[in-house]
Amino acid sequence: MRFRSNVRRWIGVAVLGVVTSAILSACGGGKSPSVLAPNGPAALKESNIAWMVFAICVVVFVGVTSVLLYSVVKFRARPGMPEPRQLHGNTKLEIAWTIAPTVVLFIILAVTISTMFALAQPKDPNTITVRVLGHQWWWEFQYNNGAVVTADEMHVPVNTVVHIDLYSDNVIHSFWVPQLTGKTDVIPGHNNTMWLEASKVGQYRGECTEFCGTQHAHMDFVVIAQSASDYQAWLAAQANPAATPATGSVESQGLTVFKQNGCASCHQIDGVTPVGPKIGPNLTHFGSRGLIAGYVLDNTPANLTTWIHDAQQVKPGVDMPAFDGTKGSQGNISSDQLNQLVQYLESLQ
Amino acid sequence: MAIGSIATRGRAARKSWSQTALGSWLTTTDHKKIGIMYLFTAFIFFLFGGIEASLIRLQLAQPNGKVLSPEQYDQVFTMHGTTMIFLFVMPTMVGFGNYLVPLMVGARDMAFPRLNALGYWLLLFGGAFMYSSFLFGAAPNAGWFSYAPNTEATPSCFSNSVHALTAQQQAQHAAQTALAGGQGCFAPGSNMDFWIIGLNLLGIASILGALNFIVTILRMRAPGMTINRMPLFVWMTLITSFLLVFAMPSLTVASFFLLFDRHLGTHFFQASQGGDPLLWQHLFWSFGHPEVYILILPAFGMISEILPVFSGKPIFGYTFVAWSGVAIGFLSFTVWAHHMFAVGLPVVAQAFFASTTTLIAIPTAVKIFNWVATLYGGKLRFTTPMLFATGFIAMFLIGGLNGAALAVVPFDYQITDTYFVVAHIHYVLFGGSALAIFAGLFYWMPKMSGRQLNETLGKIQFWLMLIGLNLAFFPMHILGILGMPRRQYTYAPNLGWNGLNLLATVGVGFLFVGVLMFIVNFLVTMRQPANAPADPWHAFTLEWATSSPPPKENFETIPVVRGRRPVWDLNHPELADWRSEHH
Repeated sequence: MRFRSNVRRWIGVAVLGVVTSAILSACGGGKSPSVLAPNGPAALKESNIAWMVFAICVVVFVGVTSVLLYSVVKFRARPGMPEPRQLHGNTKLEIAWTIAPTVVLFIILAVTISTMFALAQPKDPNTITVRVLGHQWWWEFQYNNGAVVTADEMHVPVNTVVHIDLYSDNVIHSFWVPQLTGKTDVIPGHNNTMWLEASKVGQYRGECTEFCGTQHAHMDFVVIAQSASDYQAWLAAQANPAATPATGSVESQGLTVFKQNGCASCHQIDGVTPVGPKIGPNLTHFGSRGLIAGYVLDNTPANLTTWIHDAQQVKPGVDMPAFDGTKGSQGNISSDQLNQLVQYLESLQ
Repeated sequence: MAIGSIATRGRAARKSWSQTALGSWLTTTDHKKIGIMYLFTAFIFFLFGGIEASLIRLQLAQPNGKVLSPEQYDQVFTMHGTTMIFLFVMPTMVGFGNYLVPLMVGARDMAFPRLNALGYWLLLFGGAFMYSSFLFGAAPNAGWFSYAPNTEATPSCFSNSVHALTAQQQAQHAAQTALAGGQGCFAPGSNMDFWIIGLNLLGIASILGALNFIVTILRMRAPGMTINRMPLFVWMTLITSFLLVFAMPSLTVASFFLLFDRHLGTHFFQASQGGDPLLWQHLFWSFGHPEVYILILPAFGMISEILPVFSGKPIFGYTFVAWSGVAIGFLSFTVWAHHMFAVGLPVVAQAFFASTTTLIAIPTAVKIFNWVATLYGGKLRFTTPMLFATGFIAMFLIGGLNGAALAVVPFDYQITDTYFVVAHIHYVLFGGSALAIFAGLFYWMPKMSGRQLNETLGKIQFWLMLIGLNLAFFPMHILGILGMPRRQYTYAPNLGWNGLNLLATVGVGFLFVGVLMFIVNFLVTMRQPANAPADPWHAFTLEWATSSPPPKENFETIPVVRGRRPVWDLNHPELADWRSEHH
């Protein structure tokens, strides 16, 4: 009696689990960077093979647990039941259920390997190349051999194969845009390559997926897929040096604050700072970006003020020091100066 | 005269010390006592690991959680994984092995009793050493597989000038050094040194234990206990021991390379100096993949003992179950790079590792079919150990299926390093190893202590854990598919991950209560008189042929074995195995 109710409970739990998961995944879908919402040819292939795998897993799970549950119900001990037949095995059955999974698994393997080779060779003849650098903890994107350098946002034209060269001079990161393609690790000394292609205009969230230190959680980015003309316009604008503020304007006071507080030792602004490798993001067109600080904050004056004042509050452990005058901070930028600096940076369209 | 009497008194004092309750445990070389000490110690570490798991889930219960700082989170998730693998599951399996293998093969002790004791004490000191890092605020913090170069440093990183900097200035220093093409101080604290040295102490303990099992099993079996009559738990312990002996050195080499990089100025894993970060991954996973079978094969063995007993019939296909274990053992050394499909290996190499991974799934499937077939047509008694063992089949099946899914390389490109992988390892290690361990604890507790755990409490615990583990770990599949990477200390609220994370935290709550029930059950049971019969379960194997608990020498006379189920044969002469064994 008790056993029967246990079984019923077990089935209940299983059903409940499946239903809850279905509901949750349905309402959770909205803004998730879901593997099953592909927007490019690579992600589409990967999503198709995922559905095949899910289907096979469900069939096998249901098949095996049905026999298991049947046995649990049917063969439970009852009073007066004799000892069961002492069956030691059955070689034919053993061979059968060695061959059956072998066949299924090798069919999956064949699909797997053919998809792998298909994924290795993009079809579209239109291509561009973007160099991607993983830093602790933000992404840098370089176009045209470094003529254009930006951070946090990767602009690409739609229906174009984007070849990506991956570099890291620090630890291992992993570059992932679930809706466009699977991930490739960014490994010092390895200079891996990969490709992606977006088939629709839109914004696709990307993430670092290899644990890379304290702020691994905040090393996100966005791929902005644009029409070919929008992309070209963006690229042309980004190739210009920084806008020069009018003499005596708030923005020009902000530029002075920038120079006086050593910002240039970590940040490049083309046409303003001396050229050379820097540990922080290039700010030449800072005002044109939608999100900052490793895709953590919306690029608003209020957020930028918070970030410069004390970046450690927003993203503890980050290289960006505080400028709030406390012990350990890089200096003290007054609120007036901060306001000027923020206005200057936001003017860098 | 005076000197002599002092010496005599000294000897007398020593003798009485080793006879006190505490002293008899601290000085013992009896495999049963050592086994119990292993189990007890591992259970304490299980509680530590469980507290760490609870902290992780509290932090992630909602977006932008503030329970832990990022640094604390990194230490807690690293120690959770390291603890559950190296300080809970491994020593628990060694504990069961220690207690059971000599009894099951009809021996009086392990082959090397003092070496056995040394192994236990190394485990205890290794674990305590690693945990002492919390006292210095410097617990290991780079995940249980500690990828270089995130774990790298150079001797100069430990100089006073760098040490005087704040953590954030150290990070800047590392970034600037890296920019200049130098070696980075990515892990400048002593966190990783605690991990390396602690792990190597545990590694020595594991190898000593493994050698002892191999010799005991191959050389100390009772008359008539041929290899083909050994209980399957003994088979699986033997295979596991060989895996340990061959896999452990790879971890030793990798971790010493890292130690040398950090303190002697070598650069095995520093790309800017001609080293290679991928060398760490190859070395680590050529240990790490056999390791996951080290964690699960003894569980297979326990399940293969418990299911037949409570089905009232022998294991279905003994030979297939045993030899599929051997096949898994060999193949486990050929699949390591399936942890590395995203590192940019040539496609042909990836195809090779996808194929070997496919192969290893076959013997695993065979085992599951054999367990189900063992139940089929039996006379099933759903005691607590049987509930846990049956639950194990279903949960391990999920762990096998989502593991096979991970071998589908294009899908793996998407979900490796996401919560899908976290779901997989927890179905295998919690749904698999941990359920088997609880099955084993309920099953062998009367033998070890002379007392049977409370069945009602045990059954409630089982249902709490079965529900809890599915609530905790099933949503993680979906989280991974929805794009949530693993090892993030927090997440944004607008990504559709909130509900599933909360559900997972609720599931861990169930598990927490389940474990508390086990502790209560244990404490209550231990106050009862030790009056369990020799064979309370109507079991099959030799450990049930002696009293509960067994005398120090295990058996009054060494038994002579005529089949695979000596105690069944004794109780059922008309159905005895030896009557039918030759066909």
